[in-house]
Amino acid sequence: MSYLEYNVKRSPSGLRKVLYVNWVLVLLLSAVACVGFLQLYSVSGGDFSRWAEPQMQRFALSITVMFVIAFVPLWFWRSMAGMAYAVSVLLLLGVEFFGSIGMGAQRWLELGPIRLQPSEMTKITVIMAIAAYYDWLDIRKVSHPLWVGVALLIILVPAFLVVKQPDLGTALLIIGGGGMVMFFAGVSLWYFGGVIALVVGLISVVFASRGTSWQLLHDYQFRRIDTFLDPSLDPLGTSYHINQAMIALGSGGLSGRGFMQGTQSRLNFLPEKQTDFIFNTLAEEFGFIGGVFLLALYVGIIVTCVVAAMQSRNRFAALLILGIASNFFLYFAVNMAMVMGLAPVVGVPLPLVSYGGSAMLMILIGFGLVQSACIHRPRERA
Amino acid sequence: MKRPPKDTEESARRISRRAMLMGGAQMAFAGVLVLRMRQLQLGQSEEFRLLAEENRINIRLLPPSRGLIADRNGNLLAQNVQNYRIVLVREDAGEPRAALERLAQLIPLTADEIDRAERDIMRHRPFVPVTIADQLNWEEVARVAANAPALPGITPEVGLSRFYPFGAEFAHTVGYVGPVSERDLEARENPDPLLMIPRFQIGKIGVEREYEDILRGSAGHRRIEVNAVGREMRELDRQEGDAGANVQLTLDRALQAFTLARLGEDSAAAAVIEVQTGNILALASAPSFDPNLFVRGISVADFAALRDNDHRPMSNKTVQGAYPPGSTFKPVTALAAFDARLATPDERVFCPGYIEVSNRRFHCWNRGGHGRVNLTSALAESCDVYFYEMAQRVGIDRINAMAERMGLGFRYELPLSGISSGLNPSREWKRERRDAEWVVGDTINASIGQGYVLTTPLQLAVMTARIATGRAILPRLVHAIDDVEQPVPEYPQLGLDPAALAQVQRGMWEVSNSNRGTAYGSRIVSADLRMAGKTGTSQVFSITAAERAAGIRRQDQLPWNRRDHALFICYAPDTDPRYAVSVVVEHGGGGSSVAAPIARDIILAAQNGGLPPVEAYPAPQRNRIESMIRAISDQIGPAATPETGRRRA
Repeated sequence: MSYLEYNVKRSPSGLRKVLYVNWVLVLLLSAVACVGFLQLYSVSGGDFSRWAEPQMQRFALSITVMFVIAFVPLWFWRSMAGMAYAVSVLLLLGVEFFGSIGMGAQRWLELGPIRLQPSEMTKITVIMAIAAYYDWLDIRKVSHPLWVGVALLIILVPAFLVVKQPDLGTALLIIGGGGMVMFFAGVSLWYFGGVIALVVGLISVVFASRGTSWQLLHDYQFRRIDTFLDPSLDPLGTSYHINQAMIALGSGGLSGRGFMQGTQSRLNFLPEKQTDFIFNTLAEEFGFIGGVFLLALYVGIIVTCVVAAMQSRNRFAALLILGIASNFFLYFAVNMAMVMGLAPVVGVPLPLVSYGGSAMLMILIGFGLVQSACIHRPRERA
Repeated sequence: MKRPPKDTEESARRISRRAMLMGGAQMAFAGVLVLRMRQLQLGQSEEFRLLAEENRINIRLLPPSRGLIADRNGNLLAQNVQNYRIVLVREDAGEPRAALERLAQLIPLTADEIDRAERDIMRHRPFVPVTIADQLNWEEVARVAANAPALPGITPEVGLSRFYPFGAEFAHTVGYVGPVSERDLEARENPDPLLMIPRFQIGKIGVEREYEDILRGSAGHRRIEVNAVGREMRELDRQEGDAGANVQLTLDRALQAFTLARLGEDSAAAAVIEVQTGNILALASAPSFDPNLFVRGISVADFAALRDNDHRPMSNKTVQGAYPPGSTFKPVTALAAFDARLATPDERVFCPGYIEVSNRRFHCWNRGGHGRVNLTSALAESCDVYFYEMAQRVGIDRINAMAERMGLGFRYELPLSGISSGLNPSREWKRERRDAEWVVGDTINASIGQGYVLTTPLQLAVMTARIATGRAILPRLVHAIDDVEQPVPEYPQLGLDPAALAQVQRGMWEVSNSNRGTAYGSRIVSADLRMAGKTGTSQVFSITAAERAAGIRRQDQLPWNRRDHALFICYAPDTDPRYAVSVVVEHGGGGSSVAAPIARDIILAAQNGGLPPVEAYPAPQRNRIESMIRAISDQIGPAATPETGRRRA
């Protein structure tokens, strides 16, 4: 940037930053969270203090954290990216070694009163790291195999640690989030095509081997894959839940059965009704209209982010915004596809709506970075 | 690091392009989600709503109250009583053991009961109410209710359970109910869903069993909203079931009680029927048992005692017991001969004490012989040779046909369990079942009710009624169902020669009224109560040569189960018969000495509508009879009230 530009355009500072907060985004996020409060109040059967109240407290805390992050200049976060990434990998290793002491509670790390879920945090730090990496990397080298390999390493090391926990769903989200930032950064489409072809090819080879002399997996492993892909093969297990979830969704109809009138949710037929399957309670009680409304809010958030990214001339800012937005997209897309029976059931919550503090905090930390990028975008002086 | 502006521009363009591409893909995916929602929520919503309703609504059955069973005078023989019980819900009660021990301070619970209750509780899901004690009395329930705050999850409940106020008196006829068993379910083509209710009780024997479908009634139901684990959230609606029909029997409680008490300790059976209608007034099988034991769930020890008793208390001997009728069968042989006009009642037969047929000697019971006897004296003195002679003339075919006309050899349609058809032997029967030809010796044995002939006590009473009336009386047990009286059939005439029948009746009259009669000792002196009867002593085993050698000459020297059966049949009053009685005392000894006195007491009780009148007995017997009647009437109690309260351990 030339000196002239510096004179004409500059980042806002001090209290003026408040004016440059992306308020549309704040409004959309709050609207989604409110839908969450409403549904949590409904599925608890009108017990405000059970889920809705703690969720509101967490939201208040998380949005405060979001604003704090938002007001910190973006260059600070850019320089922190490597450090944050390193800390999260260390925490994952900590979970690997110390988390295993608590029985089966590998995903958590007890740090005093806070239960930290490093894998949740890793989704954000990987995006930051990849965004910073491509900001640093010469734009002409992005498709060079060596530099692509470095990016893959940045993504796959934490992903591997998360898979070992074992938490395949989160690992896929990490890979998806990081991969999307690589995509935005301009890595040649051939790589993506190659990876897709490789995965499809591998899967078909494994399936083709079934029943032949060179079978690559044991029979029981195939059966596990079968039930994973088609829950109705396991009618007493997963299939019961997904069927009940579909009944809840389908019985909502156009306008739903009315607030707090969803029999599936209220009578406990719906599993995980306050977490992974909360969308079904919404769809049962507010119907197609309610479901599309929530989806529209989510899409609005994505669109707002894409617009903000395209306005940004800063490579790190743009990649970060798009990465966070894509991460958010993966959350709700996977969750909705899952509860509508389009994807296998993996434990992915509905962002900002499902009950749970860790995911909400991390999502709003992510949007804090987005806001920081929006606020500190150099602007022409008003 | 500073980059040339060109790079920045290039980077921004590239990011924008890729962002548009990915944004488009994401919108497309959102579109797919909307389409999926449309498909599920708009396309298939009816289908899913139906499934949701099915999930939500559960139908619970309400057991109807079982029909009552009464005697002809409206005394309740089987009734429903309130049964207080305690149920425990684990999820509210907390640790079951501690809860049970707290409860044990209020109501008596044995250590065994606590263990069993704990096992029951742990077997069910935590919200299922489990009955941990029943048959409590009001005081105990009140104690539990008063301490409710200290006993979370423990509540008293009230249900109906069956009670038989007269206990053992009607155990065989009315029967009893018990919990549905696997076998009960298998025996039914399409079992009533009610039977699936845990602890639901159905009739196991007797009228309770045979009229199960009438007595049970139909289930009501309530529709309840349940959650995913089946717990009831609220009741949506409720429809009470229809109570079962009340059944009024022809039995007379007072007479039944007297009859059973009179049979006493013996293994015996007695039947009393009204000769004109066939109504069964009393049907007693001794010894009996308390059916209430089975309702509560009989203990292993009690059941073993009933099962192992050689007097077979659980068998209803009046219809299940088939005995050789002995001399009580003789009227049938006589009627067969006269009906075929092969003899006249006045014809005399010489009895030397035996006859010889095909080189075999058949003895009369009186080895000295009866001399010249006609029908009446042959019946009165129970001369065997007279009937041997008749038997040879008429042959088994006519005897078989006459026995059938007299109501023997077939099953009666009565709501009783295990009714035997007895055995009315014929040539075909012997060929089929014994693979042998009928021989004249078989006919001679049959003529005096020995050999193959078997009859049940109720069949003998029916036969007696037929002799008394000349009509084809059949027994009836059900007077009315839900106050609708069951019609008494018009019984057809048997078509017997009236003169011959009168002679047979005359002979039976002499049995108990002529000083030659075998039952003269059991005569009735009141002219309007006099009875006509027939004794029978049927051999179960012959005294063997070895026993004879050991000096055994008399029945009472034999072990009980080898002694003769004692039988007696009679009807009264002699001029205008109203009641017929049969008595069989298993291994009782002689018909005249053992069975006849019992039958006389019973038929007097029937005629008097209460206890037998002492003045009907010959004067010398009155003192003894009076004390016996007093003893029996002391023995007969009023209707019992349900025993409530826990038996203290």
